Amino acid sequence: MPNETPDGTTGTTRPHRDHAIRRRLVRGEQSALAELYDGHASVVRGLAHRFLDDEDAADRVVAEVFAEVWADPGAYEPERGSLRSWLTELTRRRALRHLDESPLDPGARARLEERIRAASAAARADHMVTAMPGSLRTVLELAYVGRRDYREAAAELGVSEDEARRRLRLGLQLLSAAAGNGAEKAS
Amino acid sequence: MSPVGDRETGLEAGAGAGAGAGLETEGVAGPETAGVAGPETAGAGGAFDEEHLALKSLLGAWALAVCSPEETEAVEAHLPRCPPCAGEARRLRDAVGLMHREESLDPDPLLRSRVLDECLRRRPASTPLPEWVAPYDAETARLDALLRDMGEAEWNTPVRLHWATGERTLTLCGVLAHLGSVDGLVATALGLDDPLGPGAPRTVGDRTETAVERCRAHGPPFVRNKWRTQTRNIVRAAALRAHDAALPVDFTEFRRPLRDALAGRAFACWIHAEDIAAAVDYPYGPPAPEHLARIVDFIARRLPEAVAARRRAGLAAPPRRLTAAGAPGRTLHLEIGGRGGGDWYVPLDSPAALASPEHTVARLVLEDAEFCRLAAGHVPPREAAAGREGDDEAVRDVLWAVATLSRM
Repeated sequence: MPNETPDGTTGTTRPHRDHAIRRRLVRGEQSALAELYDGHASVVRGLAHRFLDDEDAADRVVAEVFAEVWADPGAYEPERGSLRSWLTELTRRRALRHLDESPLDPGARARLEERIRAASAAARADHMVTAMPGSLRTVLELAYVGRRDYREAAAELGVSEDEARRRLRLGLQLLSAAAGNGAEKAS
Repeated sequence: MSPVGDRETGLEAGAGAGAGAGLETEGVAGPETAGVAGPETAGAGGAFDEEHLALKSLLGAWALAVCSPEETEAVEAHLPRCPPCAGEARRLRDAVGLMHREESLDPDPLLRSRVLDECLRRRPASTPLPEWVAPYDAETARLDALLRDMGEAEWNTPVRLHWATGERTLTLCGVLAHLGSVDGLVATALGLDDPLGPGAPRTVGDRTETAVERCRAHGPPFVRNKWRTQTRNIVRAAALRAHDAALPVDFTEFRRPLRDALAGRAFACWIHAEDIAAAVDYPYGPPAPEHLARIVDFIARRLPEAVAARRRAGLAAPPRRLTAAGAPGRTLHLEIGGRGGGDWYVPLDSPAALASPEHTVARLVLEDAEFCRLAAGHVPPREAAAGREGDDEAVRDVLWAVATLSRM
C-alpha cells in the first residue's frame, strides 16, 4: 500500500499521478515543482545532452524546460499523453532552438542532424520501454538488467520457455519499430 | 502477411500502432530478401523449415545473449543461410542497444537548486517550501538520485553504519528501510500513515528492526518506492503547515519541534547516503552550504545539553562555578568554518547559563562538514581536525560532547 496523502498524490496509475501533479503545479505548490524535477530531470537532461552534446547547453535546456512547465502548467493536457512525453517534446523543441542559434558549417550541420535523428530514436525507444505491455517489459528487464537466461526468466515468471522466447522477441521488435518509425517520419 | 504462420500478430493487444508497423516489415520483401528464394519455399526444405521456425523464435533471446551456447551456435550457423532471419537479427541487436539508458548523465545536484530557483523567480510559489524543510527535501532527493544508479546486485551490498558507541552492518536496502522507519515518526506527527502500519513500535531501535525484517520480505523496489513516497509526502505536508515549525515530533526517547526534527532527518539522510556511497564506491559530497548551515546550527544548539549530560554521567569536568540560570557563565566559542559555518557560544557550566563572548575561556575551530561528521561519529574526537585555544579541559569536554550526539 503506498503511503497516500488524503488527495491521493501517489495514486498508483500513471494518468492519475500526472493529473495530480498538474493540479498541484497549477496551484503553485513548490513541493510539486521539486517532485516534477526529481522525477524527470535525468530524462530531460539526458535527452538534451544527446541533442546538443554539450553539458552547459544541456543544463540550460533543463532550466528552460522546467521554467516553461512551472510558468504555465495548465498548458499540459493529460488527455493527450503522459507528462513524460510532453516534457520530451518540450526538450526537443528547446534543444532545436539552441541548435538553430549556433552557426555551423555544412559538415557539422549534417553530423548534428544525424545525432538528432539518433537521439530521437533513442528517446522513442526509451519511452517504448516504459509504455510497452508489462508482460513484455518484465521479461526484457529480467534478461537485460537481471542477466537471466530465458529459461530462468520463464521459470521466474511462471510461463513456458516458448512463451519467454516469444515475449523477448516481441519486446525487441516493439523497440526496433518505435525507434525506426519516427526516423521514417522525419526523413 | 508474413510468409511464416503469423503467430505474433494480435497476441499483444494494446502494444500500440508501433507494434503492428514493426511486425509488418517482417513480411515485406525487403532488399535483403529480393531475388532469394524464401527459406519456406525452398524445395525439399522440410527440415530447413523446422529449423527456421525453431531458430526464428530464438532471435530475441539470441539478440539479448540469454540463450544456451548450443542455441547461440545454431542461430549463428542459420543466419548466413537465411536472409529474413539475418535481417531481423540485425534489427533486434540494434534494439538491444536502445535498452541502454544513459544513467551516467545524472544531473549535478547543484543544478537542482539552480533550476528550481530560476523557476520560482519567474513565478513565485503560492505554497513555498519553508527554509527549514529545504535541507530534508534536497538531501532525500540527492539520495534518491544516487539510488537510481544502483543495479539489482548492489541493493544487497553490506553497508557499515557506525557511530561513536557502536556499529551495525545492514544491506543497502536495510539502510533505506531504517531511514524510512525513523522518518515515519515525523510522518505520523504530520498526520500521515505510519509506514510500518498501525500498532508499530515507536522507538528508533525497534522500528529499525521491524523495517529491516520487512525489507527481507518485500525486496528493494518496494522499500525504495515506499521510502521515496514518504519523503515526498513529508515535504509536502510540512510545506502545507509552514506556520507549524514548532509542532512536536515524538521520537519516544526524545522530542523535537518539527523544524529540528527535519534538520535531524536531513542530517541522517546525508550521513547514511555517505555510508551507502562508500560501500558501493561512489563519490558523494556534503549538502549545499545553506543546508549544511541548518544542520550545523541544529547540532550546535544541542551542545549545552550534551555537555551537561556527559557531566551527569561523570564523564565531563564538574562546573567551575555555580551559575544562576540566565546569568553569564564560562563560555566556549565554537567557530565553524566553511560556507555552512558561523559562530556559536556554548555555556560550559550549565545549559541554563547565558553564554557570552566576554566570558569566553576557550575556542574550538572546525570546518562545517568535519563538525557534522564528528557529530555523526564518523570522525573520532581525538582525530578531528580541530583548532583549539584556551582552557584544554573545556575544549575536550565540548569535542567529546559533539561525538556523543551520534547514534545509528
